[in-house]
Amino acid sequence: MVSVEVKPVTTVKSKVTIKGTKEGLVFFMDDTCSFDELLADLREKIEHSHQQILSGPLIRVSIKLGKRYCTPEQQEELTKIIRQKGNLVIHLVEADVITKEEAFAERLKSQFHVQVHTVRSGQVLESDGDILLLGDVNPGGTIRSTGNIYVLGHLRGYAHAGISGDTEAIIAAAVMNPTQLRIAEVVSKPGEEWTQNSGGTEFAYLENETMLVAKMNYLSRIRPELGETKA
Amino acid sequence: MRVEGIGGTDVGIGIVITSGKGGVGKTTTSANLGTALALMGQKVCMVDTDIGLRNLDVVMGLENRIIYDLVDVAEGACRLQQALIKDKRFENLSLLPAAQTKDKNAITPEQMEEIITQLKREFDYVVIDCPAGIEQGFRNAVAGADQAIVVTTPEKAAVRDADRIIGLLEREKVGMPKLVINRVRSHMVKNGEMLDVEDILDLLAIDLVGVVPDDDHVIRSANQGEPAVMNHESRASIAYRNIARRLLGEAVPLMPLEEKKGVLQKMRKFFGLK
Repeated sequence: MVSVEVKPVTTVKSKVTIKGTKEGLVFFMDDTCSFDELLADLREKIEHSHQQILSGPLIRVSIKLGKRYCTPEQQEELTKIIRQKGNLVIHLVEADVITKEEAFAERLKSQFHVQVHTVRSGQVLESDGDILLLGDVNPGGTIRSTGNIYVLGHLRGYAHAGISGDTEAIIAAAVMNPTQLRIAEVVSKPGEEWTQNSGGTEFAYLENETMLVAKMNYLSRIRPELGETKA
Repeated sequence: MRVEGIGGTDVGIGIVITSGKGGVGKTTTSANLGTALALMGQKVCMVDTDIGLRNLDVVMGLENRIIYDLVDVAEGACRLQQALIKDKRFENLSLLPAAQTKDKNAITPEQMEEIITQLKREFDYVVIDCPAGIEQGFRNAVAGADQAIVVTTPEKAAVRDADRIIGLLEREKVGMPKLVINRVRSHMVKNGEMLDVEDILDLLAIDLVGVVPDDDHVIRSANQGEPAVMNHESRASIAYRNIARRLLGEAVPLMPLEEKKGVLQKMRKFFGLK
C-alpha cells in the first residue's frame, strides 16, 4: 500500500483527513467542528470526491476521533457511512477522550482495594483490581477479584483471582488453607496439584494452566512484573 | 441490670439466642439462661419466636397454661399482659409463647420490635429464643434485640452456620454477638475427635461467654419440664449459671471441662470396677 496524503478539495479546511499507512487507511476526524459538519464532509468524501482511491481490494480502516466524545449512536452513524463502501473494513474507532464513568471504571480496575473484616460463611467480597484483605476468609466465605488477591490472615474459604480471565493473577495468603482456589478458569483444591505446605505465607499461581502453590519468597522469580507495575 | 433509655426512662435489655443450625441447644440455652437470670433476682421475660414449632413452653413445663400467644398479641387479639405466663416457681420469670398453628410469616419484624420494646419497659431482660434458619423467623427474632448470643456445638456444620449467622448479625444493630459453645464432650476433645474451644474461637473471632459440657441431666430435666439450672449439682447447670453471671458483668473463670474424680472413683477405675 502506497502512503497517500489526501489534499483538501475545497478551500475550507477539511473535516475528515484520510491517510494511508501500512496497516490501512486512517480517518482523522476534526474535533472542533460540529458533528453534522463532520458527517457531511465524510459523506461527501466517501460518496463523491474520493471514489477512486476508496475502491478496490479490502482495506482496513481506523477512525481517530481526536478529542471529540462520540456516543455509541454517533459512532454508529459514522461507521455506517464508511461501510457503504464494501471494501472498507472498520478495524478500530478510537478517541483521546473517555467519559467520567469509563475513567472511574478504569481507575477501579487499577486500584488497590484494602478491606478490613472477616469474610464469613455465605459472604462474598468482590472487586475489580487487586484486593488486600486484612482479616480471615472463613470456610464458606468467598473472595473474588479481576486482579490479584492478597489475604493478610487465614484463607480457609474460596478465593478466585482473575475472574475476567487473567491467568497471570495470583492468590497470596498469610495462612493458605483454602477450601478451593480459582485463577481465571482453573479450579483447584488442596491435594490435587499442590498440598498444604509449611503454614508460612504462600501464593498460588498458574503455570501451563496448572495451579501451583509456592512459598512467598519465590514470587520475585515467578511474577517479577507484579512489583513494577502495581507497587 | 437496667440501662438508661431515651428520655431518662429505664429499659431492659433484649437478648436474642440464635445459632443458624437447628438442634444445637438454642431453646435449652434460652430456658436455662432465662431461669438463671431470674434466680439471680433479675426480672426476666422469655419470648419464643419459633412460630409453628414452639418448644420453649414444653422445656419450661408451661405448655398447659398457654391461653394467648405471640401472634395473638401482634394481631391485637389480646393485650400483651394477657399472653404472658408467669412461672409460679420463680416469681421473676414470665414466658411469651409462640403460636403453634401459624407460621413464621404470621408476624413482621416491625410488630416484633414493638412487642419487645413494650416488654423491655417492664423486664430487666427479655430473652428471645430464635428459630433455626436465616429467613423471616430469624429476622423477626433479631428485630427487637439489643444483644445476641450465638450457640454452637463443637461440630463443623454447627460452627459453619454460626459463622454465617454472625455475618448476618454484624449488619443488624445487635453488633458483635457473644458465643456459647454447647454440648462439649471433654473425652472427645482430648482425643482430638472434636473441635476444641480454641479452634472454634480462632475461626469465629467473637467473645466467648460460656462453654457448656454435654450433660445427660439437661435432657432429663427438659423432659420433666424443669430447666437444668434448678439442679445445683449438674455441670451444665453450673455452666449456665456462670453464663448468666458473666452477662451481669461478673468476671467468672471458665470451669475445667474435665470432671474431677474422687479418690474412691480413681481406685475403682484402677481396679477395673468403673
